[in-house]
Amino acid sequence: MQQSLNPIRRAKMRVTQKRSELKQFLYEAGNLVAFAGQTFREIFRRPFEWRETLYQCYQVGYKSTFLIGLTGFIMGLVLTIQTRPSLAKFGAVSMIPGMISVSVVREIGPVITAIICCGNIGSRMGAELGSMKVSEQIDAMEVSAINPHRYLVVTRVLATTLMIPLLAIYADGIAFCGAYVAMNIHDSTTFRHFMVAAMTHLEFLDIVPALVKTVLFGWVIGLIGCYKGYHARRGTESVGIAANSAVVTASLAVFVIDMLAAQITDLL
Amino acid sequence: MEETMIIAKEEGKRERLEHGPEEPVIRIRGLYKCFKDHQVLNGVDLEVKKGENLVVLGKSGSGKSVLIKCLVGLIYPDAGDLEVFGRRITELNEEELNEMRKKVGFLFQNAALYDSMSVRENLAFPLRQLKKDMPRAKKEALIEEVLDDVGLSDAIDQMPSKLSGGQAKRIGLARTLILRPEIMLYDEPTTGLDTGTSHEISDLIIRMRKKYNISSILITHDMPCARLTSDRIVMLKEGVVVAEGTYKELEGSDDEWVKSFFY
Ligand SMILES: Nc1ncnc2c1ncn2[C@@H]1O[C@H](COP(=O)(O)OP(=O)(O)OP(=O)(O)O)[C@@H](O)[C@H]1O
Ligand SMILES: [Mg+2]
Repeated sequence: MQQSLNPIRRAKMRVTQKRSELKQFLYEAGNLVAFAGQTFREIFRRPFEWRETLYQCYQVGYKSTFLIGLTGFIMGLVLTIQTRPSLAKFGAVSMIPGMISVSVVREIGPVITAIICCGNIGSRMGAELGSMKVSEQIDAMEVSAINPHRYLVVTRVLATTLMIPLLAIYADGIAFCGAYVAMNIHDSTTFRHFMVAAMTHLEFLDIVPALVKTVLFGWVIGLIGCYKGYHARRGTESVGIAANSAVVTASLAVFVIDMLAAQITDLL
Repeated sequence: MEETMIIAKEEGKRERLEHGPEEPVIRIRGLYKCFKDHQVLNGVDLEVKKGENLVVLGKSGSGKSVLIKCLVGLIYPDAGDLEVFGRRITELNEEELNEMRKKVGFLFQNAALYDSMSVRENLAFPLRQLKKDMPRAKKEALIEEVLDDVGLSDAIDQMPSKLSGGQAKRIGLARTLILRPEIMLYDEPTTGLDTGTSHEISDLIIRMRKKYNISSILITHDMPCARLTSDRIVMLKEGVVVAEGTYKELEGSDDEWVKSFFY
């Protein structure tokens, strides 16, 4: 069948296919924006689900502390070990703490935390809400006049938006520890001296944009995880699809936000 | 046991007759619903009177679940009038729709228990959300009462994953009954259960209807359940109602397709 089509027809078909993929993408993006809008509106509607929000904060915070701590430590350690030779060549070993602090606070801490949370929290939310959708639990809430968006989505999105910045700060702290340990492999510095050297290089414009960025990361991770789960199709395999596409989309979104944030801070 | 059930049902009927003319609480006119290119409902008309139990029969995939989901606004119909308590549900705003939903109980085909919560929490959740000013002790008492109604008082601290299909259905039923609905929509309450449990559930449905004066639509493939619980039966085929009547009338029908359900 395909063989018998002439090249022009075939090219046309391919264009149509691409166009419908684009349409699908735009449609999805529009839905996501509407979902975000609804989530934002529902935040301000009473009554607020304190209990569930706190529970979700606990879930988000507690479940990832070990993983993020370990990764942060290793990142600080590796970064120091690898930059040391280059800096030593210029006799600039004393610059290491400053360099580490800037790169960890501005970039590595937030991004590593966000990526781990995409895998850990985004996928969990996608799978959890996806299976609730597939087994009609979300419908069950809706028919008993309980707003599932407010109960399930708002609480989760708020939890990630609050907790991921905290986790990023925690990751920064642990990365400093890792860097300090690595410094002491070759030289010996006191922790106090190391931290003072690190902090003197940090400026307002390093810290605040990074914090804002992590808030945005938290928001999109929660939002995309919930969106994918909430819009899972019928059938059990869609739970896996929801979890998977939550991770992929959220990671992508994290990098896009990171890039935009870098551009914007550059202008400041 | 069966005999007492039938007697209970007869009594229910007599009681309802004594209430005089029965106004319909659910009225469906010309309901159409299509998914992509699959026409599921093709102009369904039906009515449920106050206190009546209407059984809907139809082959698997004939759109029975879609029909009752349209009634609570889970699925938006393509065309048709849906009136519940005399109000068109497609014209209700969110708040009004929720008010209506509080009066309608919906038992899902697969029970749809919240699987992150224990049985107690499953039952407490709707109370906590919807009856904020009810004192705690009253809620506890209600939970115990409905669990007793469905005969599962000792399952109170179990997780839904530990329950059997029949137990989950009964907890699902308890969860909807706890809000004291005026209308119940049952989606295959007895499917996949053994004959004994299935009888128990039919019995439960009859008892609950008597106790709380519930009007209901019941979807089933289980003929004994239909015989015990139905006041009237409608049969759905290719998205339209093709036959309607009491169990006795339909059982004696000449139509081959109708008869195929009874044997
Ligand atoms: N949300 C939906 N999206 C797409 N198709 C749907 C949806 N809900 C139902 N359908 C389709 O509508 C048809 C009727 O489904 P429905 O669940 O109402 O059948 P049923 O009569 O309840 O069958 P069963 O007795 O097996 O439960 C099916 O073919 C199903 O694939
Ligand atoms: Mg069904």
